[in-house]
Amino acid sequence: MIDAIGDYYRTYNANTHRAVYALAEEATEAYEAVRDKVAKFVNVKDRQEIIFVRGTTEAINLVAYAWGRGHVKPGDIIVTTEYEHHSNIVPWQLVAEERGAVLEYVRIDDNGELILDDLDRLLGTGRVRLVAFSLMSNVLGTITDADAIISKCKAADVPTLVDGAQAVPHMPVDIASLGCDFFAFSGHKMLGPTGIGILWASKRMLGEMVPFHGGGDMIREVHKYESTWNDLPYKFEAGTPNIADVIGLGAAIDYLERIGMKNVRSHEVLLTKYALEKLSAVPDLKIYGPKDASRRGGVISFNFQSVHPHDVAYIIDEAGVALRSGHHCAQVLMEKLDVAATSRASFYLYNTTSEIDALVESLDAVAQKFAVRGKKEEDGAVK
Amino acid sequence: MSSGGNADIYHEMIVDYSRNPANFGKIEDPDVTFHDSNPLCGDSIDIDMNISDNTVSDIKFHGKGCAICMACSSVLTEITKGKSLEDVRAVGKDDILGELGLEHLQAVRIKCALLSLKVFKSALYTYLGRHMQDSGSSADPAAADAATSSEEIDRLKEEVAGLY
Repeated sequence: MIDAIGDYYRTYNANTHRAVYALAEEATEAYEAVRDKVAKFVNVKDRQEIIFVRGTTEAINLVAYAWGRGHVKPGDIIVTTEYEHHSNIVPWQLVAEERGAVLEYVRIDDNGELILDDLDRLLGTGRVRLVAFSLMSNVLGTITDADAIISKCKAADVPTLVDGAQAVPHMPVDIASLGCDFFAFSGHKMLGPTGIGILWASKRMLGEMVPFHGGGDMIREVHKYESTWNDLPYKFEAGTPNIADVIGLGAAIDYLERIGMKNVRSHEVLLTKYALEKLSAVPDLKIYGPKDASRRGGVISFNFQSVHPHDVAYIIDEAGVALRSGHHCAQVLMEKLDVAATSRASFYLYNTTSEIDALVESLDAVAQKFAVRGKKEEDGAVK
Repeated sequence: MSSGGNADIYHEMIVDYSRNPANFGKIEDPDVTFHDSNPLCGDSIDIDMNISDNTVSDIKFHGKGCAICMACSSVLTEITKGKSLEDVRAVGKDDILGELGLEHLQAVRIKCALLSLKVFKSALYTYLGRHMQDSGSSADPAAADAATSSEEIDRLKEEVAGLY
């Protein structure tokens, strides 16, 4: 991936879709070839429906701006879920506020799974304009029952947006068979570079949308007082694109394709199962999300009842274990779980069970340091 | 410092304070209260204070935070309780960090240590600002004694902004 980016800058650095010289041709070809790779990787039939953006966040904001502002009416309901990343909440808050619409949440149960009765109830109002949800929670690891949600929404003629940032790197994803209307994901979570992501939307949807950014490449003709738009996907790719990182993403996809996403997934199921088993033996440790590794991805969030995750991460960093602590850009979920933060271990194709042993060992040391006994009267101060 | 590793800062005093924080709780109908949080780590602290005769007559804190945050909040309340407003205005970060042997705390954790000081100073200027306004109309002897000027309030605000 790094070589592919370096190679571009060293040997065929030129802008795309403009000049007619050979280098520019080569850059354009390499850039457009990745569009085909992406389309194949997530099973999209029409390459014109693949839009390169900066990341999942920009993809969702693009939909919120270019579709939401034109389609959401006062009194409408936008539905999201309690386990969304901020990037699938805040854009909808902005649209709801601007359009006088309401944002509603599908709640989660004690197992960290969505309560789909909430969705039925909301769809029953006849006022839902969009349902936006993550295919895999970046905190709980829960794999969303997307088929159930999308079929309910289709029956009610409500479009769906799927945040695939956590799912696409970790399991096979087939957008065609999902049947959603918008799908967003990021390069940096799938061994690719930062600053590159993808929005997929059906041609019908993209056709109904106004441009997000105006500028070069997205136009057909520009006159003094009006312009016409370029064809898809370029209508939504204004300005010089992030050519190098698109090419880098292509190399990451090649790598993942060689390993096979089914193999990535089964390796992670194995690690997750192992980790869930080992972690449940650590004293006083609460594990969030589904306990069944086949229903979840390889992120495991947990908390000691009486040691703050920040302290946990800081202490075990010394043992060489990199553990994320914080709200994981999911403060709505933290509020629901009634915690300020959680510790989160994330696994990918390069992790091993011995690394999980190291994690568990260092957690045991933390428990010892704080003399964790799980006494109830001491729970007041630290949550 | 023998090794200076991460785990070294978790000495007994810090662990004790995190398990049994001092002055933890709420004050019913306090004279002044202030809340702030660290958006990155989610630490969140409220400080309630009662002030009489230009003295911090009572102070309590509540909220969620890591061991460093809890220990520093405890120490802050202990060193400010019962002190005159003049004295507590001078309390600085070294007073808190020094008390707990955290002088060499790394930059990533300094926010955990100083959140409560930030909240405390904010509570203080909120109180002083309010009293300065009141003293213009009503005859509150305590407020008159406080000899607060808007420059002093600005100085406190600047101090808060420059903490971390």
